[in-house]
Amino acid sequence: MPETLLELSGISKTYPGVRALDDVNLRVCRGEVLGLIGENGAGKSTLMRVLAGVIAPSAGVIRIGGNDHARMTVNEATLAGIAFVHQELNLFENLDVAANVFIGRERLAGGPLKLVDNAEMRARVTPLLQRLGADFTPNTLVDNLSIAERQMVEIAKALSIDARVIIMDEPTSSLTISETERLLEVIADLKAHGISVIYISHRLGEIMSCADRVVVLRDGRTVGELARDELSHAAMIRLMIGRDLKALYTPPARSPQPGGCDIAGVVTTAFPDRQIDLSVRRGEILGLAGLVGAGRTSLARAVFGVDPLLGGEIRIDNEPVGVASPRDAIRQGIYLVPEDRKKSGLVLELPIRENVTLASLLDHARMWLVNGAAERRIAKDQARSLSIKAPSIDIEAVTLSGGNQQKVVLGKWLSMQPRVMFFDEPTRGIDVGAKSEIYALMRSLADRGVAIVMISSDMEEVIGVSDRVAVMHEGSVSGVLERDQFSEYNVLRLAVGQALETLETAAP
Amino acid sequence: MMKKELGLFLLLAVISAITGAINPAFLSFVNLLNMANLIGLFGVFALGEGLVIITGGIDLSLGSMFALLGVVFIDLLTTYQVPWPFALLLVLMGGLALGGIQGFLITRLKMQPFIVTLCGLLIYRGAARYYTSDSTRGFGYGDEASTLGNIASGNIAGIPNTFIFLIILALILGVLLHRSVYGRWLYAVGKNEEAARFSGINTNIVIATAYVISGGLAGVSTVMFVFYTNSVSPSSFGNFYELYAIAAAVLGGCSLRGGEGSILGIVLGTALLQVLQNLVNILGIPNSLNFAVMGTVILIGVLADQQLQARRRRKAALAGLARTAPRAKEATILQSASAHGATALPTSAGDQA
Repeated sequence: MPETLLELSGISKTYPGVRALDDVNLRVCRGEVLGLIGENGAGKSTLMRVLAGVIAPSAGVIRIGGNDHARMTVNEATLAGIAFVHQELNLFENLDVAANVFIGRERLAGGPLKLVDNAEMRARVTPLLQRLGADFTPNTLVDNLSIAERQMVEIAKALSIDARVIIMDEPTSSLTISETERLLEVIADLKAHGISVIYISHRLGEIMSCADRVVVLRDGRTVGELARDELSHAAMIRLMIGRDLKALYTPPARSPQPGGCDIAGVVTTAFPDRQIDLSVRRGEILGLAGLVGAGRTSLARAVFGVDPLLGGEIRIDNEPVGVASPRDAIRQGIYLVPEDRKKSGLVLELPIRENVTLASLLDHARMWLVNGAAERRIAKDQARSLSIKAPSIDIEAVTLSGGNQQKVVLGKWLSMQPRVMFFDEPTRGIDVGAKSEIYALMRSLADRGVAIVMISSDMEEVIGVSDRVAVMHEGSVSGVLERDQFSEYNVLRLAVGQALETLETAAP
Repeated sequence: MMKKELGLFLLLAVISAITGAINPAFLSFVNLLNMANLIGLFGVFALGEGLVIITGGIDLSLGSMFALLGVVFIDLLTTYQVPWPFALLLVLMGGLALGGIQGFLITRLKMQPFIVTLCGLLIYRGAARYYTSDSTRGFGYGDEASTLGNIASGNIAGIPNTFIFLIILALILGVLLHRSVYGRWLYAVGKNEEAARFSGINTNIVIATAYVISGGLAGVSTVMFVFYTNSVSPSSFGNFYELYAIAAAVLGGCSLRGGEGSILGIVLGTALLQVLQNLVNILGIPNSLNFAVMGTVILIGVLADQQLQARRRRKAALAGLARTAPRAKEATILQSASAHGATALPTSAGDQA
């Protein structure tokens, strides 16, 4: 067995009410590629943030280079040779490559003047770039680099601090196939130089081709470890799933009615070479599952008119509708509860009342003058029926909790006439009580004949709330599951782009 | 909301009282009417500027617009003998058109308001000077527009018409901004343009309209100033006036980040600026210190306002905590933060790709 470089033992991280990590053990050997997999929310990123010193664990020991730490600071992690290549790259686009590699530890010249020594930094970066086989120079602006090249800059940065472990979080999610192959070559080269890599990815094929060992996380626990010769798609998926799903499901009051929303051959800006076909009937909740970056939000944005539709057609009750802007979509009764409610759902500094009526104000106005009484009545009705917890409808939305803010966003749409509603991660960052209220609300909307699409990365939610589940993979729908086919295994297979094993009912 | 305006009003009253106590001439009828006239002149375009600032933008071109529209206006009346109602109409349309062009560049072509209106400032000034070969235009001895002149510089029962016009305009814009759907949209767009767009508001039109209104009011102000000075020298007419407007709006509670401000506040801000200018004269302070006094008062005013707001927010936050703390379920700030940290980390990048 090769020398152990780094060992995490008994790491836990609890937040009030949530156990993000629970007694996790992880060992990294010198010069090995460790695959780390798990569903959305399994705790992979939290674990890596503990390792990089960004957050402190509640319990456990980090053993590195023979020293035990109860927690690490970012500086200690850097000194210990741990480098993080982030999912969203943290680079300064307005600076050149050398400046980015040395950001925060600039080489200085000029004595007391403390001038930045660009020549020295460039000279130091050049060999690193050569080693990575990069074909850009240290004085290229990062703004001019592709995503793959930016990743090389991050890796060069890691090498410049003599990193012994490089953590890569979903490094290939935005790369083309050839760029991915190039990255895998770089990883092999790092490994040959004795540098270890922790490779987090949803793409099991890549894990298969580069990992020496795979650790699987589920619900914040290490649930299994696979050695190189035990790796297979089926084995990995089986370990990733298998938690007990609570019974959330309320069946529809009546069976889905005819009509609804058909999305036919839609092409979004995120995946200009893929087409999306999807239909949701009135009275049903269609779960839209998939891995992060599969194109679900892009689809919702395109249907809602935020992003341009590059092709295809949207029909409601078999009538084609044009949606060039959110205004058009709203006029057609297509509403979106956006993923980032603080940025796109609410005007935080406005009171609840004004947020609720923001989209429908013209309907409550005479000669463009706001009818204050009608406005108050509508806001009060929504606050009551959604049980928004606030001392008054005149307080600013920014003072509310996440769940209540989400209810204000819902109130905005429910005060109008929805026909098709997209919910994008409707319960993210919301406490358990408010979650079940939102599920009940979606169900009652569906029972009133609204067609509902619920985008969710929470498997429990997808399986527990939906009447049908459509799964997206890299920009198109890879399959649709009926309730009797629902299982984490099936959803995950479709999400990673594998076909269902059989078309029969999945094992319970 | 009204706290800011009340504070401003008190400040205005205190300054006036002190100045009046030192030199009673300040409160003389003649001086008050003179100030009212200036407040009317400067208030009209400050209101337009205020609307633009509420969208989160800025309009630097107003002073140069006065020069360009001013020389055109006088030329229409004197050289071309155009009847005054048409000349008035053309100047108003000119102001609306210039505002429309700036609004188009800012919303459709996504240029920054500062740059667009700075270029406007340079271009209009240059055009005015070229058009007149840098010579001053005036009415001479004719009575080309005596009717309009009498309206613009006259008075009713001693009260200057400019001031009366400002009050009427403020009432109309007050309804527009504080009671109409457009006003609500303006604040929403100024605070969070994306959320406004996601609520089906055509944010481009809302923003562009503010520039159009500002341009139209610049047209009105041009006419009032032309009859105030009776001549236009294109290189100096209206110089720096946009800065008076911005100062009045900021003093009146508009934030340059957008989404804040009120009509009453802008009017009070204009009044305070004019009172300051007047007291510099009345108290025998060297006239050269005029700008320095103005700058100091704005600086102190905005600083005090910020401190007061921060204190109010801290108080509100404490009250909020006290209200929610006893119930675990509503200890929401902690909960939502933690749930986010725990479950959403791998997915927090969103599904945008």
